Amino acid sequence: MSAASHRAETRKAQALHQQRLRFADTAFRWLVAGSATVVLVAFVATAFFLVRKSWPALSHYGVLSFIDSSRWTPSTAVATVSHPNPYGVLQFVYGTVLTSVIAMLLAVPVAVGLALYITDIAPQQLRRPLAYVVDLFAAVPSVVYGFWGIFALLPVLHPIADNLSSWLGGIPVIGGVFAGPFFGPSYFAAGIVLAIMVLPIVTAICREVFAVAPVSEKEAALALGATRWEMLRMSVLKRSTAGIFGASLLGLGRAFGETIAVTMLIGNSVLSITTSIFGQGATMPSVIANEFTEATEPFHLQSLFVVGTLLLIITLIVNVLGKLVVSRISETIA
Amino acid sequence: MILRKTLLAAGALVALLASASVGSAKTAAPAQQSATKPAPLCNTKLLTLRPHYPDPVKPLAGAASSLSGAGSTFVNPIMSLWASTYAKQGIKVAYQSIGSGGGIAQIQAQTVDFGDSDIPMLDSELAAAKGGPILHIPLVVGGVVLTYNVKGVGAGHLHLDGPTIGKIYAGEITKWDDPAIKAMNPNTPLPSENIAVVHRSDGSGTTGVFTDFLTKTSPDWVSKLGGATTSQGKTVAWPVGIGGKGSDGVSALVGQTEGAIGYVELSYAISAKLPYAYIKNRSGAYIPPCTATLAAAALKTSFPADLRTSLTWKPAPNAYPITATTFALVYQNQTDAAKAKALVNFLSWVLTTGQNFPASINYAPEGKILQQKALSQLNKITVGGKALVNIPISFK
Repeated sequence: MSAASHRAETRKAQALHQQRLRFADTAFRWLVAGSATVVLVAFVATAFFLVRKSWPALSHYGVLSFIDSSRWTPSTAVATVSHPNPYGVLQFVYGTVLTSVIAMLLAVPVAVGLALYITDIAPQQLRRPLAYVVDLFAAVPSVVYGFWGIFALLPVLHPIADNLSSWLGGIPVIGGVFAGPFFGPSYFAAGIVLAIMVLPIVTAICREVFAVAPVSEKEAALALGATRWEMLRMSVLKRSTAGIFGASLLGLGRAFGETIAVTMLIGNSVLSITTSIFGQGATMPSVIANEFTEATEPFHLQSLFVVGTLLLIITLIVNVLGKLVVSRISETIA
Repeated sequence: MILRKTLLAAGALVALLASASVGSAKTAAPAQQSATKPAPLCNTKLLTLRPHYPDPVKPLAGAASSLSGAGSTFVNPIMSLWASTYAKQGIKVAYQSIGSGGGIAQIQAQTVDFGDSDIPMLDSELAAAKGGPILHIPLVVGGVVLTYNVKGVGAGHLHLDGPTIGKIYAGEITKWDDPAIKAMNPNTPLPSENIAVVHRSDGSGTTGVFTDFLTKTSPDWVSKLGGATTSQGKTVAWPVGIGGKGSDGVSALVGQTEGAIGYVELSYAISAKLPYAYIKNRSGAYIPPCTATLAAAALKTSFPADLRTSLTWKPAPNAYPITATTFALVYQNQTDAAKAKALVNFLSWVLTTGQNFPASINYAPEGKILQQKALSQLNKITVGGKALVNIPISFK
């Protein structure tokens, strides 16, 4: 057998092999693209469904009338008149944002500290168990958090809230935020339970972010005489700003949509906007959970779909904004 | 060293959790120490509250072996008792306790064999029913009670009237030692505590009954809510207060919140060991809710032909003023003969033998008049234009 024919044989085999590869590649590509399409189609279909279901109410009352009122008063007597709109939703947007902000204010500092401790400070044999315990928090069903909130958290919160409102109640502006009386279920209580619920996800992402900080830089900082805190600040925290922000946004997404624990703790007042965090309110998910089974008044159910649509839009905006900011920060770092 | 610190932190966490549970026990205590004070009105022998109505209907042959129902949570405790007892006859009654509004929606859409609502269907709701005319069949009598959690005020020591409750729920009375409450309770030490108003956050027949009572008795409530059409219903625009989801949610909040007042069906208050108030009735007497006083409200009352009526604020001297009946909602013209027969069998059993059970779980049986009126509705159920039963009715 000549060398040439041998080469030809090999080439043929290679070509065959390549062809097979190409087929596998194409099939795989379609499969993966299919999965991506399913997600996209499901999202568009959900959005379309929400808008279609809310359309009767939107066209009856007008789109803007929903967000310039904070009175939600479903009743047969007033629902059929198209003006004023009895289904104002501003207070639900406010409630959703306020409880989530309370949650993030409490959760993010703790999560960053916790993640730093796990990645860089805790003794080696404690890191994994501690990480497991934090992750376990995410596995607790939210109804259990609500239950725990009512029976264990509220009694503990009472003296704290009473003191806060008596110390700070007299100060202008801030006093309004902490104005009593505190009865238990409130924005404050819901925000605290939300903080506990978003803690695991924020901590987990922060941990990943901190873990990729280059060891060489850390060692360099220490070698230059930096204290442990200075080392963490310069070589870990500084480059992780975008990561922490991203983690917070994912936590915020969770907080926006959380339903049952918030419903059990927020006090479910659908009528107005209260400036005090000790007041009662409602969020977009909580009003849907409370009312959809009995939404028998005219346009009641359709208006709940409006709330659902709005929740989707707001979550979308927050996520897109967050992604934009994160990408901008990473660009400046690079 | 660091490990020891961590252990210390873990210890502190445990201590915190322990103190949390102690704290909760402390707040729940005033509610639990309340042993219901025997009230003379409520000592009527249970025997007289077991009417032993004879069942005039022989179970129709060829009936289906299962029935599905949905609606009121108010009726759920007694409905469960009926269903489990009736199951011994080989018929399964599956009842979903989803709320009166849900019950109305499901019977309108014909997805269940019977619905159940604590307040009668409106004309507009009847018009939206897919299967034609709907009959209202009252099943049992129950009461909505005002439960409370006030330091130093035990069971049976709080008297309230409609106008005052209306002002509390309108946000016009905010302290427990308000002169209006004091005037009704001269011998009860009322603390200067904020009133935490608790109401249902979900639509509910219980709310419908309660706001019906407020609308009849409290002009302040009506004007605060903007008129009698918006001041009553399964959902209203609560001017103040904390919303609890479901009857259980309300009783949990009242038990946990010092200074709270809330309304639930009587058996929910009893099972949560919460005290409840005596309410001033139309004859001017303060009446505790119990089987005898609930039954009194349903006696000697005149009913419209379709039985769509309310039992609140009735004039009988011993009647508890926030009394309600719950209605089974059934299509008059049935399409499935087997289901229709099962329905008639079950409902006639509930209205006769079944009336011996309510007193044992703090509802009341229907009085003779209401029971006969309810039975007469069964005569109207038809399959293919023909009535299934012809029960002789006697009105006394």
